[in-house]
Amino acid sequence: MISEQLLFALCGIGIFSIGLRATLIHQQLLSRLLALNVCGAGVFLIFIAIAYRGETQIADPVPHALVLTGIVVAVSAMAMALALRHKLKDLNDE
Amino acid sequence: MTEWLWLFLDLTLILLLLTLAWLTCATHNNQKGVTYFIAFGLLLALAWARLKAPDLALAEAVIGAGISGALLLAAIKHDDDAQSVNKLPSIKLWMVNLLTVALATLMGWGVWHGLELSDGNRLADQVLAQVPESGVTNPVTAVLLNFRAYDTLLELAVVLTAVLAVLTLNPMRKTYVPAEPILQTMLSWLVPLLVVTSGYLLWVGAHAPGGAFQAGALLASALILLQLAQPTAYQAINLNWMRFLLIVGIAVFVSVGLLMMFLNTAFLGYSSSWSGILILVIETAATFSIASALAIAYMGGRPDGWETFETSTSSGHQGGKHS
Amino acid sequence: MIDILALTIILGGVFFYMTGSIGLIRLPDLFSRLHALSKADNTGLALITLGIAMLEPDKILIFKLILVWLLMLAASAISSHLIAKHALSGGKQDD
Repeated sequence: MISEQLLFALCGIGIFSIGLRATLIHQQLLSRLLALNVCGAGVFLIFIAIAYRGETQIADPVPHALVLTGIVVAVSAMAMALALRHKLKDLNDE
Repeated sequence: MTEWLWLFLDLTLILLLLTLAWLTCATHNNQKGVTYFIAFGLLLALAWARLKAPDLALAEAVIGAGISGALLLAAIKHDDDAQSVNKLPSIKLWMVNLLTVALATLMGWGVWHGLELSDGNRLADQVLAQVPESGVTNPVTAVLLNFRAYDTLLELAVVLTAVLAVLTLNPMRKTYVPAEPILQTMLSWLVPLLVVTSGYLLWVGAHAPGGAFQAGALLASALILLQLAQPTAYQAINLNWMRFLLIVGIAVFVSVGLLMMFLNTAFLGYSSSWSGILILVIETAATFSIASALAIAYMGGRPDGWETFETSTSSGHQGGKHS
Repeated sequence: MIDILALTIILGGVFFYMTGSIGLIRLPDLFSRLHALSKADNTGLALITLGIAMLEPDKILIFKLILVWLLMLAASAISSHLIAKHALSGGKQDD
């Protein structure tokens, strides 16, 4: 029986790799930003998969708190990146 | 039997997550990419629920799928679809592929070995043992607001910095035309409900999944809805108070921390009899800060009259006269 | 007994969801897709909510489930309306 921890951690690694590859390959800013966020989601998934302790036990709350912080930081970083992209577009249009 | 059923469901979820991640990254069409990304966020919320992280599932559903989706859709609205795509030279492409595969193998090996190790003296056990003394019974809230309160304080600082950058870079996006009556009517039900739910999440965070981040994000989504539909009552509101809400989270957090330093021993070292109330106070302030930060992020920049302090105070007076 | 009944109802809900998704993929244009999606998905959600509510002993949770169902109903009806109206006006009327 494969453990759920390993299964979801491997999925997280897969998502991280997909995101990382696309971040390096893409040239458009928005595609890169999306890929970077996918990449971050993969890291979150690895954390939470490792925190999981099976059906009966309560999961490890420390990675949960870290990832919760991470989600909020990721969205504010995305907002900043989008604002920078907007500014760049404005400057290019002029 | 049930084990196989769970395995089947897990594999389905994992396959869907990987497919959506791939689709999000493979497309060159911005609109499609954003749509896939929103769907990916929703599935991720499902994965958090599966892995017994309901706090995260709530946050992901509101922030990962809802608010980042709104931010991205607003950002790509005026993009032209046709984008020139230069292909990378194949040697670079292969180098990237090689690097990715190597890194993935290394991470897989690390995770495998990490899981093989015996549990030993786990941090989780120490945390769970200390939770009764933290003032709250939800272990995630205890970690966020008590054991690792520094992290959360710095996180609020990061959010504030990002929003300050947004405010500095651009003026506010053009406001939308008022939506049609049916949406306005729905909003007159939905917005109060969102405010109540956000207050509920904030309160319930002490002993069940919920807390400042989820509550703040929900409040922000109410503000974003108002921003989108522009009901008449919302247009009359002066937005100047939002900049005070932006800093109230950090201000209260630091003040409580300093107060504890004078009364007790250390910065943010709560005395255990008061910690429940102090955590609630900090969380309430943080909720308002996160809500206004995300709402301002959605506006895409500063509203009129926020340029400098002088102009803002004068426009504040004008706003007062108008309303 | 009630387990089997609830399970049947939930499976019925899953069937409606599946039909809606097939409609989303197979139907030719936006309006028929919206039609398939909003109708079939709302029925599916109603059945799944009913099935889960039958298995749930906690009264407050049942109330919350019904609230979720009502909210989804309103949201899907209004968003379908908005999407359809936007499409009818030629996709130009935004800002």
